[in-house]
Amino acid sequence: MDAIGTENTSKNVDSTHEGNENTSVEIKVLFFARARDVTGLTDMPLVVASGSTAENCLYELMSKFPSLKEISNCMVLALNEEYISESTIVKNGDELAIIPPISGG
Amino acid sequence: MADEGKNLIEILEESYPIDISKYINYVHAPQCGAISTFSGTTRDMFEGKTVLELRYEAYVPMAIRCLKSICSSARSSWILNSIAVAHRLGPVPVGETSVFIAVSSVHRADSLDACKFLIDEIKATVPIWKKEVYSNGEVWKENSEFLERRLELGKDVQENGRACGGSKVKVEARDRKGCCGRKEKVDEGAVDSCTHKE
Repeated sequence: MDAIGTENTSKNVDSTHEGNENTSVEIKVLFFARARDVTGLTDMPLVVASGSTAENCLYELMSKFPSLKEISNCMVLALNEEYISESTIVKNGDELAIIPPISGG
Repeated sequence: MADEGKNLIEILEESYPIDISKYINYVHAPQCGAISTFSGTTRDMFEGKTVLELRYEAYVPMAIRCLKSICSSARSSWILNSIAVAHRLGPVPVGETSVFIAVSSVHRADSLDACKFLIDEIKATVPIWKKEVYSNGEVWKENSEFLERRLELGKDVQENGRACGGSKVKVEARDRKGCCGRKEKVDEGAVDSCTHKE
């Protein structure tokens, strides 16, 4: 726990969040299908201020990858393998998945 | 508990075709008078374009969780013995099975209705994606079932503790109408109207 906290603090130096440097959380973001195509990534770590919601994370991601906005009005989010609403608060170590429109079957 | 029957849920990695008989054998039971199955097969055409191949991918651990949840929902709505669900990943050539469902029950109505519920829920809520590859391009497909349910997905977890398989109440209400049950809703269109006279 302590080691992770220290790491987060140092990584937060390049974050744009003001304040809260000592209470940031690091999550893992997963990109599938079209979300992966537009970001060019399957996953990435994301450091956000403690108390951030999934929606805050999404805005952060869209500022890093403006092309994500193309699918922002038709996708959903999952946190730790469960669908969530955007107001859910993320915690350290959470896995946030960007779920573009599904097409199984 | 109604949940004592068996479920078999498999997400098949690339280049493993779906062995339909395996799943039918799995759900087969001497006490069951019915086995209902659904087989989803890749089509060769979409809006006039020739499809060369479909490529599937999944958020596998979440897809398995969702499938388990959908099976539980089905068991809470119908009396079922066993359920088997298989979905293929990776490239699936045209004409092959991409998804297969087999359900056994003592009487056919339960497994038939559950089978329809299962494929509808899979299309709406299980995180699996397919890309259609044409000779002149490719496109990520979008299930209309998902787009209709999209805004409910996150809310269902908070309100009911379940997003996948959450639509069971709606399906039950619809299916209970039975034959001629839609007479009072003639405005739904001729397709739904019943041909019986009474």
